[in-house]
Amino acid sequence: MFGNADLTLVDWSRAQFALTAIYHWLFVPLTLGLSFIVAIMETIYVKTGSDEWKRLTRFWMTLFGINFAIGVATGIILEFEFGTNWSNYSWFVGDIFGAPLAVEGILAFFLESTFVAVMFFGWNKVSKKFHLVSTWLVAVGANLSALWILVANAWMQNPVGMIFNPETARNEMVSFWAVLFNEVAVSKFLHTISSGFLLASMFVLGISAWYLLQKRESFLAKRTILIAGIFGLLSSLLVAYTGDNSARTLAKIQPVKFAAFEALYQGKQKADLVAFGVLRKSEKKIGEKDVNEFAFKISIPGFLSVMTGGDQNTFVPGIFDLVNGNTSQGIISVAEKIQRGKTARDLLTEYKTAKQNNDLPKAGGIAGMFRDKKFINDYFRYFGYASLGNPEDAIPNVKASFYSFHLMVMLGFYFILVFAIALYLLYRNTLHKNRWFLWVALCSILLPYVAGELGWVLAEIGRQPWIIQDLMPVSTAVSQISSGSVITTFILFAVLFTLMLIVEISIMIKQIKLGPKH
Amino acid sequence: MSQTMSPINRIFRFYYDGFSNMAWWGKRVWIIILIKLFIIFIILRIFFFRDFLEKKYSSDEQRSEYVLDQLINSK
Repeated sequence: MFGNADLTLVDWSRAQFALTAIYHWLFVPLTLGLSFIVAIMETIYVKTGSDEWKRLTRFWMTLFGINFAIGVATGIILEFEFGTNWSNYSWFVGDIFGAPLAVEGILAFFLESTFVAVMFFGWNKVSKKFHLVSTWLVAVGANLSALWILVANAWMQNPVGMIFNPETARNEMVSFWAVLFNEVAVSKFLHTISSGFLLASMFVLGISAWYLLQKRESFLAKRTILIAGIFGLLSSLLVAYTGDNSARTLAKIQPVKFAAFEALYQGKQKADLVAFGVLRKSEKKIGEKDVNEFAFKISIPGFLSVMTGGDQNTFVPGIFDLVNGNTSQGIISVAEKIQRGKTARDLLTEYKTAKQNNDLPKAGGIAGMFRDKKFINDYFRYFGYASLGNPEDAIPNVKASFYSFHLMVMLGFYFILVFAIALYLLYRNTLHKNRWFLWVALCSILLPYVAGELGWVLAEIGRQPWIIQDLMPVSTAVSQISSGSVITTFILFAVLFTLMLIVEISIMIKQIKLGPKH
Repeated sequence: MSQTMSPINRIFRFYYDGFSNMAWWGKRVWIIILIKLFIIFIILRIFFFRDFLEKKYSSDEQRSEYVLDQLINSK
């Protein structure tokens, strides 16, 4: 697929990054959401002065603390991997990532060393109001901290606000605001934090359901279910809304990824939205790649066109259109993009030769072209295509994208239903009698984790073969190191993270069994 | 907390009392944090995750040259 690239090295480096990112994401979303739930509970405590609400706040704060502490620094490993396994990429984007990650680091440091300490050590030592403000600041700060890393990730999906400098071989930020308010960043941030709120609500709902099943702390459990039910229902509706916005943004910015989500090969107007489907290999091929077809599907006629463009006449391009081109829709082929990418790369080679020959006027002239808007739009934006062997290499794994997307969406609707039922049963005061639902709520704790991980799987697999959309494929980004060392650290991480997870779960279970302190 | 203490002393006492009176789970997670930080920053960083370009080249100019070659020659 990628000519001379060492695929073992690329695959293991990707697997290692995926492993560490997946584990990191097991800790983060609960922190994002539980911090707000705790802040809401403490607000009620401060407003009412009720000791019961204080007990509840302190109990959920303990679970927040365990998760927060175990998750601390798991993200730093990802930054190590950038420098070691992905050095070309790291160098290429260094100036873009520097600013958001520095802000994130500073924010996290101040947040963790001050307000988290007040949250846990400050009971009865600072005023109720100051304690409450600290709890809210932790919630807001944790979510803002997530913003910066998501801005960095969004830039990889939609590189904007920078100019490539051939002299340093780096991209340099020219507009911080363009990077921050990148369309993908805005929709990704809202979708991600709302999914964290949802996950935390399900966590609280499930554990409270367990107390009801145990016939323990019934009064308190119902109060927390009320908070989790309302917060969860609002969050799951927000997840659906931001997910829809996110998909609309993708259709515009990463159309191949969008087509892969829907397994849409032939573009059309009145395109159907597949609600459920099973894919199988067809006899057709695109280049050397297999084409999938539906063995079975349930779809909503014309709805994909409505979703992406607002009406049924919107043309939604399929994978064939995006790879082979479609002149009537103004879509250029991947073969053409490869040619344009090669033109940009040849110019870079000329730049290097001119510098080696000390022909500084020529080198300066070429460097100026990399700042020219027309050259950037017509050629440099396709720079990464020069590294693709064949046009079909631009297609991500369609089956993985389709199934992860559809499973995530189905789970999203399931969560809305669970929160709505919880609130309905609570309103009817029959929650404790419907033990089947309590079991459903308890067993559902893990499902938002699955949905969240699926979201990341499809965001990252759907972007393949790119590490930076259209500019750099993963094969160019990887460091030329021994794949053996990557395999060794992969195993080390798998062991380390699994141990941490076991420890976290065991401490949490012990604390949950102990229950809120009297 | 005494009102006559200096701000630095008060902050020190705040953290000192907090750590001294930590619940069982707090002590346990702090042990985990310290072990984890040791593994991440001492073992992994020093022995396994040295910056590839930092280690291989001594100047930014050389690093730029190397990455430029990688960009030009990747197929």
